Amino acid sequence: MTPKIETKNLQLYYGAHHALKGIDFSANANTVTALIGPSGCGKSTFLRCFNRMNDLIDGCDVEGQILIDGMNINDRYLNVDELRKKVGMVFQKPNPFPKSIFENVAYGLRINGINEKKILEEKVEKALKQAALWEEVKDNLKKSAMSISGGQQQRLCIARALAVEPSLVLMDEPTSALDPISTSKVEELIYQLKEKYTILIVTHNMQQAARVSDKTAFFYIGEMIEYNDTTEIFTNPKIERTQNYITGRFG
Amino acid sequence: MFKKIINKIIEGFIKTSGWVSSIIVLLIIIFLFKEASGLFNKTPLEEGYMLVVNKKNPIDKLNPDQLKNIFDRDSTSWKTLGGMNADIEIFTVEDISTFYNDSMIGENMSNLPWCINDHISKTENVISYFPEKYLPKNFEGKILHLDKISVYQFLKNKIWLPSARPVSQVGAMPLIISTLLVSLVAILIALPIGLAAAIYLAEVADSRIRTILKPVIELLAGIPSVVYGFFGLVIIVPFVQKIFNLPVGETGLTGSIILAIMALPTIITVAEDALRSVPKAMKEASLALGATHWQTIYKVMIPYASSGITAAAILGIGRAIGETMVALMVTGNANNFTFSLLKPIRTIPATIAAELGEASYGGLHFKALFALGCILFLITLMINVYVEYLSGKKQTK
Repeated sequence: MTPKIETKNLQLYYGAHHALKGIDFSANANTVTALIGPSGCGKSTFLRCFNRMNDLIDGCDVEGQILIDGMNINDRYLNVDELRKKVGMVFQKPNPFPKSIFENVAYGLRINGINEKKILEEKVEKALKQAALWEEVKDNLKKSAMSISGGQQQRLCIARALAVEPSLVLMDEPTSALDPISTSKVEELIYQLKEKYTILIVTHNMQQAARVSDKTAFFYIGEMIEYNDTTEIFTNPKIERTQNYITGRFG
Repeated sequence: MFKKIINKIIEGFIKTSGWVSSIIVLLIIIFLFKEASGLFNKTPLEEGYMLVVNKKNPIDKLNPDQLKNIFDRDSTSWKTLGGMNADIEIFTVEDISTFYNDSMIGENMSNLPWCINDHISKTENVISYFPEKYLPKNFEGKILHLDKISVYQFLKNKIWLPSARPVSQVGAMPLIISTLLVSLVAILIALPIGLAAAIYLAEVADSRIRTILKPVIELLAGIPSVVYGFFGLVIIVPFVQKIFNLPVGETGLTGSIILAIMALPTIITVAEDALRSVPKAMKEASLALGATHWQTIYKVMIPYASSGITAAAILGIGRAIGETMVALMVTGNANNFTFSLLKPIRTIPATIAAELGEASYGGLHFKALFALGCILFLITLMINVYVEYLSGKKQTK
């Protein structure tokens, strides 16, 4: 079975700063992989390689192969907009557009040229249901997305990402700005989404990584130190530095 | 101890400065409105003059428009004014020698009042105006009284001829229309260009180009308006004249074009700031969904920055409305009542600048110009209040 996503000798430079040093990584479809490590270790940068968001940063240079479904996306001639339609992303802080709840979810669909009301309604409902938000907002779809709670906003952002039916979902510390109850809702959601999507999640929360992920990768100063099944990493880490980090001795 | 005194002094100085500047602004506004309100205490008849007709004339009242027509010889019959069936005869002090010889008028015109009385009482179809000091003692004519100028008339009347004799015409309408028209068209020209430039600077241009372009655009704001006016006179005026094949190139459109150029730096700077204040997270959210850069700009960034962009447009209008020098130099200075952009017009600030010098202090003309100033002030005040309201709304969002 070919892995869903794979990187081969991935090198990334911010100008002179060598931010990712030769990462070889792969993850299978329908799994959740947690990326952990201290701040500045390159895990978010690594995550952003899969939808080429690093392109937005001046002086950022990526070398090596990044494969999604066996296709190299680290290619100058790749249509980045098309790629991003297939790779959903959820950000650290909820960032809904200042539009209605409905329009937020429909945004990606409209970008794809879908304007028929019936199809939009169908897909928005489906996405909101997947994001476990439908029951809470179904009567207020016209309400501004800025008026709902932070936890709801984050689930709205997940719905927005899911609406365009990506196969890979990237989550960059999706619960760091949320309260514990909202966090547990989002975690539950991630667990359910696994059935349909492949998920990469960056987190600072060890318990979260242990709870939601199948595999865990530990990053440190631009290197992937250890990558294994989550249970293995948390119960029986092979490398001392991983153990130190997990047990809270540094980081 | 010494430090404390210094602090007190500085504190006092700052406090006084704040109060003094506020009071000065307030005093200017009070002065403006006080001078202007004098206009509505006056009749449009020239000060110190009388307007009279024969006693038998059934007409008691004439409005300024009718009087203008009479003295311009446009109305020649009393009948058209609802009076008797006779031609109108205008009689002024200058005409006295055609009716009376020097001995009858007397030495030093001492007998002039008698002559006036005599002529008016004898001529049924006469209308006359003369200085009050020549008013005869047992006057046998009928003195016509004019209504005071009302605010409504001032705003509504279509003729601006404050120096017309004997009856001034103070209709601000053509000036207000011209001012608004020129400013509006200026903004219609400047907004698309300014917005495009702002988007280019905020989103497209790389930082090296921006560091060159931004100061250049800001420099545009520092060029004295008389230089713009000169540029307009030499370049834009002949250009407009040629393109539209007009007899004169000094038109409303010419003014609009120059004012648009002058409003550009304001619009670009404010709109660019608004676009830059769009959070990075918004942009990234849109891009991560597969939107192109351009889709992100017009579907997310412009709506997000819309209140800032509106503020930019309105500040631009404000700049254009109050601009005097350019309007004076290139719009042709003709107080036409017209909605056409291809005719010479005159804006409120240009009118004030051009006429204040020739208006006698405290006179009707003088006060009418202050009333124009009040109108201009109220327009710009509304604009500022609206901008405040918009930026207030943005902060609560």
